Amino acid sequence: MADVVKIATRDSYGNAVTALAAEHDDILVLDADLAGATKTAIFKKAYPDRHINCGIAEADLIGVSAGLSTMGFVPFCSSFAMFAAGRAFEQVRNTVGYPHLNVKICATHGGISVGEDGASHQCCEDFALMRTIPGMVVLSPADDVEARAAVKAAYEHKGPVYIRFGRAAVPVIHEEENFSFEIGKAEVLRPGTDVAVAATGLMVAEALKAAETLAAEGISVRVINVCSIKPLDEETILAAARECGKIVTCEEHSIIGGLGEAVCSLVSEKHPVPVRRVGVNDEFGHSGPAAALLEEMGLCASRIAEAVRAAVKL
Amino acid sequence: MTQDEKKQLKIAACKVRLGIIEGVYAAKSGHPGGSLSAADVLTYLYFKHMNVDPQDPRWENRDRFVLSKGHAAPALYSVLANRGFFPVDELKTLRRIGSRLQGHPNMNLTPGVDMSTGSLGQGVSTAAGMALGAKRLGSGVRVYTLLGDGEIEEGQVWEAMMFASHYKLDNLLVFVDNNNLQIDGAVSDVMSPYPIDEKFAAFGLFVQTVDGHDFDAIDAAVKRAEQEKGRPSAIVLKTVKGKGVSFMENQVGWHGKAPNDEQYHAAMEELEKALREEEAE
Repeated sequence: MADVVKIATRDSYGNAVTALAAEHDDILVLDADLAGATKTAIFKKAYPDRHINCGIAEADLIGVSAGLSTMGFVPFCSSFAMFAAGRAFEQVRNTVGYPHLNVKICATHGGISVGEDGASHQCCEDFALMRTIPGMVVLSPADDVEARAAVKAAYEHKGPVYIRFGRAAVPVIHEEENFSFEIGKAEVLRPGTDVAVAATGLMVAEALKAAETLAAEGISVRVINVCSIKPLDEETILAAARECGKIVTCEEHSIIGGLGEAVCSLVSEKHPVPVRRVGVNDEFGHSGPAAALLEEMGLCASRIAEAVRAAVKL
Repeated sequence: MTQDEKKQLKIAACKVRLGIIEGVYAAKSGHPGGSLSAADVLTYLYFKHMNVDPQDPRWENRDRFVLSKGHAAPALYSVLANRGFFPVDELKTLRRIGSRLQGHPNMNLTPGVDMSTGSLGQGVSTAAGMALGAKRLGSGVRVYTLLGDGEIEEGQVWEAMMFASHYKLDNLLVFVDNNNLQIDGAVSDVMSPYPIDEKFAAFGLFVQTVDGHDFDAIDAAVKRAEQEKGRPSAIVLKTVKGKGVSFMENQVGWHGKAPNDEQYHAAMEELEKALREEEAE
């Protein structure tokens, strides 16, 4: 796969919101002094008068976006996941979630792959925080194609949406031509019957790699891409539980409160099967190049393969 | 403002205060002190100044009001009910299961409420967002918000003021209900926000300080503020917590508790007497 194209989903976000704005003049983009990093600088260049910088003030960023939404605009507000979901959690909960306002919170730099900036900026809690807000849609696209589709779907959805994008370039695993995206739907990327791997974000490409390795060992792995963390596609996950009997979840997020626990909650109530969670093991990250860090923290194909091999023996 | 207009406002304010006490008494909880201190400015805005239509609460060209100090919900509800947005009798359902009148304002439940608030410091940012939105739409919509003097201890208030000033939101008018008391005591003892006027001025707002129970003073200050171009305005309202119910006035204990039967009757009697006097004048 030497010729695989890699694109960071934050770039996808910047490009998609800019493209979408050409068709919809109610779109505004708001930033908190990170337009260069969140890639909304692309939007700012195309639509300088529709880009609103709030300065380093994420609480205000969320509140201003809420106010704009009541005036009929569709604000896409951007910051790093740590600050959009973390610092401004209560603003998102009370001023966007509770009134169910049409605000799109587009958070970049989710997870460990932030890399060198270290633990203070590596948000591994955003799914957990955002999932608990009633009515909040939580999306975690796997690649460029899905990220751009998620931005469009977020615009078309009436109500609050949180989307997590990444800093690091990740393989493009979808073909644009045959791709369709729907909030609340998971995607079976590879059929399999021994173990189902439910992955999200950049872990989807790793899961596919692991499945390839395991196929050579005679283990049949079903790979499910779960972009829509909330609402979760219960049907697809429960079908995997019934048909594979074991599930491994993979996410660049704490094993507490994210995709893994969402899957555990679902299957424990509706079709109990063993689940193993690959994710950040209740620890903080640290500085280092993204790829090396992901490897070191076990967010990689080899660790997924190990978890699947262990699951097979259960 | 004519003498008759002022008289009508005073009468309305008495009715608003009666509604506050009715609601809090029926709920057996709530925040009477800061509701009573805010009653006059809210009455002025909804009965005299703001462009609103009780028959069409979501009319898109209405002026907006955000009660950033959301715990004064009983005052907002009473003003809205007395202005005709919903029946006054409904005030007695405050904080009850199934009521449209939540403990703190919910924009999706209560006709006339423009923003859900309650967590201090957040409403003012939404008001700034509304003001920016109104400007972008080229509408003449004006946005008003009311902050508590304790509330301005929240850092987000100053983020919002920086924003409002930076984007020259001259259609935004920020009121501060300076009744000098917060839950734990005098604001100057708990965490002094003073000098309030100088702080807002330093953030680039046009600031005035007036008696928050004097309709002429409020009217003059609002009209002066709205002549200001290129910057938002703030009006610091010097108020009395519990205003209108003598045993609640300036008593921090009345921040967040309901009157018992005896206190309720005493409060209603005093307010009804004030109403009769205003009507007789």
